Amino acid sequence: MKDRMDRRSFLKVAGMSLGIGVVYQFAPFLAHRAEASGIADFFKKLNGEAPASFTFAQFSDPHVGFQGPPDPLGTKAFESAVELINKSAQRPDFVLFTGDLTHDADSRDVHAQRMQLFKSIAARINTSTLHTVPGENDAALDGGVLYREHFGESHYSFDHKGVHFIALDNVSRGRPEVGPDQLAWLKADVARFPKTAPIVVFTHRPLFDLKPEWEWFTADGDDVMNVLAPYENVTVLYGHIHRHHLQQNGKVKHYAARSLIFAFNDPATNEDKKQLPFNKDDPFKELGIRQVTANATGDKTALQVNDIVLAKAEFSGLSGMQQMIKHNNSIAGGSSNDAD
Amino acid sequence: MMLTKQLVVLGLLTGLAMYATPTRPRASESAEVVKITASKFRFTPDHITLVKGQPVTLQMTSTDATHGFLIRALKIDTDIKPGTVSVMTVTPATAGTFKAICDHYCGLGHGGMKMTVVVEETAAQAPPARVASASDTLSK
Repeated sequence: MKDRMDRRSFLKVAGMSLGIGVVYQFAPFLAHRAEASGIADFFKKLNGEAPASFTFAQFSDPHVGFQGPPDPLGTKAFESAVELINKSAQRPDFVLFTGDLTHDADSRDVHAQRMQLFKSIAARINTSTLHTVPGENDAALDGGVLYREHFGESHYSFDHKGVHFIALDNVSRGRPEVGPDQLAWLKADVARFPKTAPIVVFTHRPLFDLKPEWEWFTADGDDVMNVLAPYENVTVLYGHIHRHHLQQNGKVKHYAARSLIFAFNDPATNEDKKQLPFNKDDPFKELGIRQVTANATGDKTALQVNDIVLAKAEFSGLSGMQQMIKHNNSIAGGSSNDAD
Repeated sequence: MMLTKQLVVLGLLTGLAMYATPTRPRASESAEVVKITASKFRFTPDHITLVKGQPVTLQMTSTDATHGFLIRALKIDTDIKPGTVSVMTVTPATAGTFKAICDHYCGLGHGGMKMTVVVEETAAQAPPARVASASDTLSK
């Protein structure tokens, strides 16, 4: 069932323009009162927390440390997204970051500084918890050593108000894969849950073959999805591809997030992967964040996904550009024009 | 007596036939060899031409870090580690132009590490396992 609601609206928040994109309504993951009651009892017994409505946000691919071309603005989109979510009427219970928090650096010290800068910007988000997974820029070159020093384990799980969240690391082994150890852990982790439990997986790379020749895949993604196959209410949130994409494979919906640095071109119509050129008149074009609301009402609980595009904001036109570039130069260092 | 002789001759012929016709011919015995060097952030050569149905042995080395070599459409997927030679014999089953990528992250510039592999329909158009020259053009 395609349950897309074509709702378009436009909000003004303190001078910041937000284009609210398409709103996707998940299939209800607790369709019947008996199931809902069973899941509620299960989670209450597991961690004393009954299902309830809540909101969380997904940020992805800010690539802190990256600076022009094609995007000379560095962390500006990331910082604008933080301002944006802080002005939202619905305070997120937590924020998921789906990888490439930092742009890779040849120097370990520079990379560590970028991780610190990422943390200082992310700390401004008005939320209680940040959950991260690494991207290849964060963790692929050193097996995730520096990442774990700054952010802790790269794969883990937690429960929140009746939803089970699973963080998967598909970058730290160098290749795009989760590996046999993490697969065994995943199998044991989900075995504790009934087949109707709502599960949200968040990771960096797509867990299916979106475009292997652009390295948009996870080599053992099928193994991951086979472990999750018995579960009826699985949603996957990921990053890496720097553009919105929705794919439904069986019962599972896979949502890619826009990035907070620059967008890639469309894999369906292009042979080679390219960063979209920077547009000074629309500097945040195709950049954005995602807001997800878990609605637990009556005998139904559903996830509602709002993709929020950072539209051109108060910084538009030449003077605005100069203002942004000046601001950015004062907080970011280094330069590279390669990113994945 | 006659029957015994016939059986012996039959056995000898069978044995000879088995010896002359290996049940599992090894592709590498007749395969062309293509040497590929991986280094940050390029493959050398960056363009090779193969022939559909003709086996080729890829001998791959790295000058610096661990790299990957992936062509999903041709079922080629291996790591290339410094100090070792990664060898694999493949027989392309599909003609066309394919991109090989490094799928083992090797640092800034990794995303641009690619090779073009052209598989031609017949050997009449080109000798097998031809590396690119200045006059080569891609058939897209």
